[in-house]
Amino acid sequence: MKFLKYLLVGLVFGIVLTKSEAVSWYRIYEMFHFQSFHMFGIIMTAVVVGVVGIQLFKRNNVKDITGQPIVIPNKDKGFTNYMTGGILFGLGWGLIGTCPGPIFILIGAGFYGIGVVLLGALVGTYLYGLLRNKLPH
Amino acid sequence: MYSFYGTWPWYVSGFLIGAVMLALIYFGKNFGMSSNLRTMCTALGAGKTADFFKFDWKTQRWNLTVVLGAMLGGFIATHYLSDGSGVNLNPQTLVELRQMNIDEPNGKLLPDALVSPEALQSPKILLILLLGGILVGFGTRYAGGCTSGHAISGLSNLQLPSLIAVIGFFIGGLIMSWLLLPLILN
Repeated sequence: MKFLKYLLVGLVFGIVLTKSEAVSWYRIYEMFHFQSFHMFGIIMTAVVVGVVGIQLFKRNNVKDITGQPIVIPNKDKGFTNYMTGGILFGLGWGLIGTCPGPIFILIGAGFYGIGVVLLGALVGTYLYGLLRNKLPH
Repeated sequence: MYSFYGTWPWYVSGFLIGAVMLALIYFGKNFGMSSNLRTMCTALGAGKTADFFKFDWKTQRWNLTVVLGAMLGGFIATHYLSDGSGVNLNPQTLVELRQMNIDEPNGKLLPDALVSPEALQSPKILLILLLGGILVGFGTRYAGGCTSGHAISGLSNLQLPSLIAVIGFFIGGLIMSWLLLPLILN
């Protein structure tokens, strides 16, 4: 039963990303060519809701569902890994139009060709794990 | 204008995505999809060859459950909540797509040119899908997150590293979409 809430959150996420068409290769192309406000609107609204929500959590010392204080770890300081990794991810995102969430959602929706993308993503993740100590961070 | 079975408006969609992230924080977790790729590598035995994958992947079962829910959500949304009226693009986008021999959406989420059974017989298309996947997998792990972990969660928590990563996402995406994609697809 404790996993049911995660299943439901995932379900909402999958439905929203599909119905907003954020999983669509076409929408990602349109976004990178600044030909529609749609994707920018989605991301900006999500961030505004997120900023307000997190501030409310912090200022009211809201406890999580288990009664523990909510602590959101800060990202490690750095530049090279964020910029280089970000650019590499962006190249992939612009090519096949799928970030990691939509890879899974699209496979669930029946686009089995995206299984090839998932295979690539697992290979890419594994390559990073192998090369991690040799890469600048 | 908007219909439940058509394209959902950006403000509704963005609000719900923000709510998903906040729900996971309230559950004592964090919103991040690409870390599931690492978990899957570990579950497949990658820890034998790289320390990066040496952790107890079962601690991440909650996130794999989110993935399962998301896949189910994708199935329900395409099979039961869609009337085929979606993906109405800017007419200029359609002109550009035609020049790259990409079929018009006509309600489809993905172009047949990339995912139809015929396209999947082409070694070139398979290579594009695989290469795109490798870039997404490698890049997100190098950057420590993807659209959900950095663009949504990180920016919401006012993290400078996430802003750097998101700027990187757009630099990469713009280079691909404007310069490389027309060369690759033609």
